[in-house]
Amino acid sequence: MNNQNKFSRRQFLQVTGVGVGGICLLANCGNSISIWRFFSNTEAKLMDAIADQIIPPDDWPGGSESGVTNFIDKQLVGPYVRFQQDYRKGLLAIHDSCNDIYNKQFEELDWNEQTAFLEKMEAGKMHGNIWSNGFDKTFFSLCRDHAMQAYYGSSRHGGNRNNKSYQMLELDYPLIIGQNRYKS
Amino acid sequence: MANQKVNAVIVGAGAGGGVVAKELSTNGMSVVLIEQGDWISYDEHTNDELLSQRVTVLGNSCGPDDKHHSRVNIHPDGSKHIVLPSEGDFNNISACVGSGTVTYGALAWRYMREDFKMKSTYGHVSGSTLEDWPITYDDLEPYYEKAEWEIGVAGDDSLNPFAPPRKKLQPMPPFTHNKEATLLKEAASKLGFHPFSIPMLRNSVPYGGRPACYRMRTCIGFPCPVSAKCGTHNTVIPVAIKSGNCELRTNCIVSEIIVNEQGKITGVSYYDQNNKKQTQHADIVILSAAAIETARLLLNSKSKFFPNGIGNENDWVGRNLQGHAYPNAHGLFEDDIFDDFGPGSSVAICDFNHHNPGIIGGGYLSNSFICMPYRFTNVRPPSEKLWGKSHKEFQRKNFKKVAEIHGPYQEIPSFDQRVQVDPVVKDFWGIPAARLSGKTHEEDIKGCTFMAEKASLWLKEAGAIQTWSSLGIANGVSAGQHQAGTCRMGNDPKTSVTDKFGRVHSTPNLFVADGSLHVTNGGFNPALTIMALGFWVGGYIASEWNKGNRFK
Ligand SMILES: Cc1cc2nc3c(=O)[nH]c(=O)nc-3n(C[C@H](O)[C@H](O)[C@H](O)COP(=O)(O)OP(=O)(O)OC[C@H]3O[C@@H](n4cnc5c(N)ncnc54)[C@H](O)[C@@H]3O)c2cc1C
Repeated sequence: MNNQNKFSRRQFLQVTGVGVGGICLLANCGNSISIWRFFSNTEAKLMDAIADQIIPPDDWPGGSESGVTNFIDKQLVGPYVRFQQDYRKGLLAIHDSCNDIYNKQFEELDWNEQTAFLEKMEAGKMHGNIWSNGFDKTFFSLCRDHAMQAYYGSSRHGGNRNNKSYQMLELDYPLIIGQNRYKS
Repeated sequence: MANQKVNAVIVGAGAGGGVVAKELSTNGMSVVLIEQGDWISYDEHTNDELLSQRVTVLGNSCGPDDKHHSRVNIHPDGSKHIVLPSEGDFNNISACVGSGTVTYGALAWRYMREDFKMKSTYGHVSGSTLEDWPITYDDLEPYYEKAEWEIGVAGDDSLNPFAPPRKKLQPMPPFTHNKEATLLKEAASKLGFHPFSIPMLRNSVPYGGRPACYRMRTCIGFPCPVSAKCGTHNTVIPVAIKSGNCELRTNCIVSEIIVNEQGKITGVSYYDQNNKKQTQHADIVILSAAAIETARLLLNSKSKFFPNGIGNENDWVGRNLQGHAYPNAHGLFEDDIFDDFGPGSSVAICDFNHHNPGIIGGGYLSNSFICMPYRFTNVRPPSEKLWGKSHKEFQRKNFKKVAEIHGPYQEIPSFDQRVQVDPVVKDFWGIPAARLSGKTHEEDIKGCTFMAEKASLWLKEAGAIQTWSSLGIANGVSAGQHQAGTCRMGNDPKTSVTDKFGRVHSTPNLFVADGSLHVTNGGFNPALTIMALGFWVGGYIASEWNKGNRFK
């Protein structure tokens, strides 16, 4: 067991707790100041890793580079305020389950392990009380839907950085009234 | 200062209410039109896919908002869910001047003769309330014509052999097809179907002082940036206001119909934009709040004269709630079929609208509107993963290679598909919330299976290398954008809520003019029929008024 890598539940929570207030003072935080509205720095890092699994980087940006975490963070203090508890609970549950199974954080798993972990969530096959009542499935599908919205929706909501997904789909953007359809 | 009494107060400035306001005010009657929403401008609500009236994940761009409104949805297993307007189970249309007619796809259908005579055509269907309308297609035909000319429709029925007879052509020529629709049109003809260009409440040429459609990618779910879509907000409502006889009061929500000490209806109470309670007295009250809210208003108007709500003596208010199932198929093509010539949805067939063996009713089939990128993330054959590397590749490779064929299937109505008011849940103003419940009639499954198969067949003929289909049946309540049926019209007061002119049987001066009146909902989008009913009801009130009838 590599104790150096182990990031305890207490630490995850502590950082989380401080992060909510906006400023993170713990050494564990990559940045000393939390730039997030809802997420703690630790939660955001985990969210980035999930976002890249859902929309992996290839010739085009992955979920994290495109701003999926920023989109979700922004909506959680807006129209998605009703999902705050799901994210707080779900991200902690992922952290805990990874510690239990791999003795590592989710971000430290190799790519295929991460994929397998999320597939297990998607299939509703996670163990442990925290996942009861199908929370594994519903939380995964929440992350999946929100990541897709961020990546493929309008950039004004904090995702789809530089409208890259529209470029990827070869769609003119922005739409200019009466103009775009004349382009050959 | 108290509001002055007027001749008529209309609740709801949508498809039905906007038309009635115009009919009465241009006839010289004084009218107050009360709308819970506001005017919508394109600048505020651009073509942002996530905040529109079709994909509503970040809210309804045209209302209602999540802060002030909620409904209760009872699932088939009996569980109770409180739902917000931006969630699908809310079964929303819109809340703004024009309502759904601001952002609709603008398909402009006349129902067929059979749609008004479902029981005579198909007989009694067990477990259903399938019935004939008290009016026929021929009664409504002149009013369809009024709707087409006063609001504006582009189309040409001569290519549709199943179209009901008409006296006058639609005022504008039909829309041309893009690449996808052209391909599908040829395939339909090869299969022996009868394809034609869908009639649209959208300008194909300048009309009504507004320009022609620019064929943008985005249309359904969004207001039109150049006002080429024809709704009540840019046609009949401005005419009503211009008459000088109609005052439109926005951001006001009606809570109750007022009944005086003699049991007579004298007006409505509402909360104004400052949430202050107000009353508006009128000789006549007309409810055009759409099928769910009109039923809710009647049920919430309880008094010693109407202990179960107004018009509800025989327990029919809120019953027969209907929408449409949307059987569909997607087809993946080898080459690009997308040419960004918007907004899509232009080719249809009515071959499956009636008289198909074993099917009651049926519906038309057409290609659908251009699919936006987020919506497309859920368009996958069943074997495909919904996330990860392959999902992104599919998105990139196939965004321009997939077509969808779908159509509104005429649902079999039943007594238990219904709107009630919830005993506990209330909205921001303390008004008891609408509570929706019901489940699909088994006939629908048969009909939708048939339609989805035809949709796949059509796509394959057009060259799709892979197709996948779905029945498009709601698990539980079906209402949504096409909600109808909750105050059905009929000749027998024991089995209907209004007479054939939309007058509530048990009251002389209370009318309904919206989708609630529909006895059955046709295999077509309902807006043009609701507008025609607006002209029918409004025209009746105005002509009676001119004869001296004060509906006392
Ligand atoms: C995205 C979208 C696409 C659509 N596409 C099509 C299409 O292509 N073709 C078609 O035929 N139909 C389409 N429809 C459906 C069409 O818009 C509706 O069928 C039609 O608007 C219903 O008419 P109505 O008069 O029954 O109710 P509405 O038009 O909804 O009018 C009801 C009005 O009453 C107001 N109201 C409700 N309660 C109160 C209250 N208590 N106090 C004050 N005001 C109140 C509401 O805010 C609303 O403005 C679409 C709808 C949407 C949203």
